Amino acid sequence: MAGYGKKYQVIVVGAGHAGCEAALAAARMGCSTLLLTMGLDMVAQMSCNPSIGGLAKGHLVHEVDAMGGEMGLNIDETGIQFRRLNMRKGPAVRAGRAQADRMAYSARMKLVLESTENLDLKQGVVEEIIVKNYRVVGVKTREGLDFLGRSVILTTGTFMRGLIHVGMKNYSGGRAGEPSAEKISNCLRSLGFTVGRLKTGTPARLSSRSIDFSKLERQPGDAIIRPFSFMNDKIERHQVDCYIANTNEKTHDIIRSNIHKSPLYAGVIEGIGPRYCPSIEDKVIRFPDKASHQSFVEPEGIKGAEMYPSGLSTSLPADVQLQYFRSMVGFEQVEIMRPGYAIEYDFVEPRQIKATLEAREISGLFHAGQINGTSGYEEAAGQGLLAGINAALQCREQDPLIIRRDQGYLGVMIDDLITQDTTEPYRMFTSRAEYRLLLREDNADLRLTELGRYVGLVSDERWRRYQEKTGLIEKAYELCRETKITSKDDRLCSLFGLGELKSGVTLEQIIRRPDISIRTISEQIPEMTLLPEKVLEQVEISIKYEGYIARQIEQVERFVGYEKVIIPDDIDYEKVASLSSEVREKLMKYRPTSLGQAGRIQGITPAAVAVLSVYLRKKSREK
Amino acid sequence: MILDKDTIIAPATAVSESGIAVIRISGYRALSFLKSFFRTKNPIENFQSHYLYLGRIVDEDDSDIDEVMVVYMDPPRTYTCEPVVEVHCHGSRQIVRRILQLAYANDIRLANPGEFTYRAYLNGRIDLVQAEAVSRLIQSTSEFSRRSALQQLDGLLSRQLHSYSATIKNLLVQTEAWIDFPEEDLPTENLDRLFSTAENLHVQMSDLMNTYRAGQFVHDGATVVLAGLPNAGKSSLMNALLQQDRSIVSSVPGTTRDLIEQSTQIGGINVRLVDTAGLRSSDEFVEQEGVRRARNVVKIANLVLLMLDGSAPLCDQFRALLADLSAVPVVLVVNKSDLLSEHHDLSFFPGPIVTVSAKLGDGIDVLTDTIASFLLNDYLPSSESPYITERRHYEALTGSVSSIKNFLNNLGSVDLDLLSIDLRSALDSLGRVTGSITTEDVLDDIFSSFCIGK
Repeated sequence: MAGYGKKYQVIVVGAGHAGCEAALAAARMGCSTLLLTMGLDMVAQMSCNPSIGGLAKGHLVHEVDAMGGEMGLNIDETGIQFRRLNMRKGPAVRAGRAQADRMAYSARMKLVLESTENLDLKQGVVEEIIVKNYRVVGVKTREGLDFLGRSVILTTGTFMRGLIHVGMKNYSGGRAGEPSAEKISNCLRSLGFTVGRLKTGTPARLSSRSIDFSKLERQPGDAIIRPFSFMNDKIERHQVDCYIANTNEKTHDIIRSNIHKSPLYAGVIEGIGPRYCPSIEDKVIRFPDKASHQSFVEPEGIKGAEMYPSGLSTSLPADVQLQYFRSMVGFEQVEIMRPGYAIEYDFVEPRQIKATLEAREISGLFHAGQINGTSGYEEAAGQGLLAGINAALQCREQDPLIIRRDQGYLGVMIDDLITQDTTEPYRMFTSRAEYRLLLREDNADLRLTELGRYVGLVSDERWRRYQEKTGLIEKAYELCRETKITSKDDRLCSLFGLGELKSGVTLEQIIRRPDISIRTISEQIPEMTLLPEKVLEQVEISIKYEGYIARQIEQVERFVGYEKVIIPDDIDYEKVASLSSEVREKLMKYRPTSLGQAGRIQGITPAAVAVLSVYLRKKSREK
Repeated sequence: MILDKDTIIAPATAVSESGIAVIRISGYRALSFLKSFFRTKNPIENFQSHYLYLGRIVDEDDSDIDEVMVVYMDPPRTYTCEPVVEVHCHGSRQIVRRILQLAYANDIRLANPGEFTYRAYLNGRIDLVQAEAVSRLIQSTSEFSRRSALQQLDGLLSRQLHSYSATIKNLLVQTEAWIDFPEEDLPTENLDRLFSTAENLHVQMSDLMNTYRAGQFVHDGATVVLAGLPNAGKSSLMNALLQQDRSIVSSVPGTTRDLIEQSTQIGGINVRLVDTAGLRSSDEFVEQEGVRRARNVVKIANLVLLMLDGSAPLCDQFRALLADLSAVPVVLVVNKSDLLSEHHDLSFFPGPIVTVSAKLGDGIDVLTDTIASFLLNDYLPSSESPYITERRHYEALTGSVSSIKNFLNNLGSVDLDLLSIDLRSALDSLGRVTGSITTEDVLDDIFSSFCIGK
């Protein structure tokens, strides 16, 4: 094998949503970084739905952005339809979602990678991780080159031993039309990792020329676009429409009568698929009473003809797919451009990594994205970002960065991954966050930008804007607390519906009323009129939800206490007396790093946590 | 619980009618509790550690609860290594309960079983060999509230609590599904249905919660005090209720001086019946003391039978007495029905009124029925319907009920994501008894009840 000569600090394998963020983070933090991909034309591909964001996922995008990641900027630039969901369900569960121009999204990301200092983007198929004395030293490629690096970040997506199923036919592939990576997972196995198998699927892509859109319900974007990135104040752009189509009893009959042709039902597929994203055959079988299932028909780009029919992923044969699509209203003449398929792939059980995303047993090796059993572009990007940051911090010999559950969905996700069994591909939901009210899209910057700045990912320009915003928020608060409306201000009193006032009320007290929005007030108070929308929004939420927020903060304080009790990595659970063997086994399997984390592992009782706590105290006293 | 900063309290001796009971308090509020509610002749500036003080424990309104000895112990030389206070009071269930209740009202919570030892253990007070033994103890007690409490639950109560928990979980599943899957074609948001489910649940849970008092009486017994002006016939009634000559009866006002106690059964409940001195101002020392004791015992009564002499006109003294008793539940007993000379207008009294002749025994049945139905809260414990006797269960229910109340109050005016916080905390409160419901459990239900998937 030929060496490459140049020695990298960080090598990222795979240029999907995780890999791109990882490589950008490491390079921007000053590490010489190599990003290796099997196909240079396939950077940041959207393998499934052409959209970014949605509930909890939008939150993740905002968090990645707040720390200086790329995803938010990339979708702001290439989005073709923007919508904000859940506007009337509370501040914490509002989330942005955007349809992307798939090709443009990929192309822009590639450009960013190519123009980032310290970053080399190369094509190559990694076949082996080179490890010496439990420390990663580089990777071997199929092309015969060895790349040496201090750390390696694996972001393999669905490519490790990927097996594509269309009906009873199956073949190796990482994504339709692309080869799989056959050797890495065996290499990981030989390094001692437990490798498992998961399954996911995607629907067919339909030609827009063959769809009768007049028969479908149109779904336009929002009139005013709220950007994902903190760096963008507004986006003015022509938006495209999505459409809503529906299956019917005829569709279901076709599926039912062909169910024996589904590899899922025939037992050919062994990987576990996600419950939240069942195939259409699954839906029809599991919910026989539902007469119709909805599908959002989403364009994959501004120019191309391909349309993505959501909710209709399948592993049925291509001819059956065509048959059931054509049974749907508006799809009578539809042409399939690419058939839908199911894909099985290898993942590495994430209990084998630490909260830094570094493998427990092999230092310098990081895992991010689907290799950790997750699904979703946003989940991948978040892990990529943190793996990149921690790999870079390790190179700089600095302490790692771990985001806590009360600081971000990023923290919730990684903590869940390392403390829970993977029973299906992991997707983020807002209900996974116990401090949901604190983890909003609108305050992602306030939660995380300082951390991003601390590690060196937040640019001077972003930092300046951030400080300006926090300064204005402070000022606005002060204004609300100190400005009083008295009965002398007849006009305002009646405008705000204050009635008879004995003594004055502060703006803060008025905002607290559920029926008054801060906009109504700011329009009347000259000092507030000029404050940006995002500043007013923060003040309004903090004031209106003060009671609930205070309750959550109190819970967080309790929680953080447990998180601070560190369990050393070299703890010998055999020596902790009076743990049941079942508990001991679980603890050895998951190896929690803090007492709090130990308590979140399924099957770890409060009693066990107590015993552990005493043991730790005893140990620390001995030292 | 490990890093708990709560101050805890629990009886250190078995609660029964014994000579002395010891109540132990541990935590940072222990000393301030002592300073607020312990009185001595000469006020104590600084409690000396490990030093026994004689004085009185008083209630919020400065009324005596009991004469006690207390000791304050400075950390770390205490059992738990935290500030510890021990109160040595008289061994009566009523007194112990009253002191506990005073503590609960002042941010001190009931200790979990083994929690004092547990804290001692956590704070390194116990050495290694002991720790071995204690950790085994914790294994058995720290599964504590949940397992042991569950075992204590009879099947019926357990089933009831679990069904509440399942209902709250359903409400949460519905709410979370609307929140997390806005683009799925879920059943449309129907807040009215949530409201009626929650309201129904609130009623059921409140009913169960309200059995606590009755449950406690069934469990611990109750104190019923006979009070009234001199010569109203309290002692005759005492004897009539006991069906024996326990109190000396005479026509001389002020015959009863000290408290006279006797236990009896009323409606299946152990009742400690207390006859007291007639309440009047007197110059005589012994009678004065008797009146003072009477006033004190009235305060710890679960029920006061206030006697009115039906043969005498209503006087201001009686009205004043009635006003004094506004804080305790009272049954007005109009005595001497055989001598009833005039018709009293008693419409000013809101509670139950029973007319008896203590001497002839008329109306005693009605009176015992009234007492029983008050103590049981119109609630008859039977094998059909569960009731609660454990404070821990009561607290879990109270917490849950108040969160559901918030949910009901907020529904319609507050956003869904905040409503889910109320539901979550209702579920968590109940979870302390029934076992916790995790996010994964909720997600499981969402995916099995709704067809989700894009």
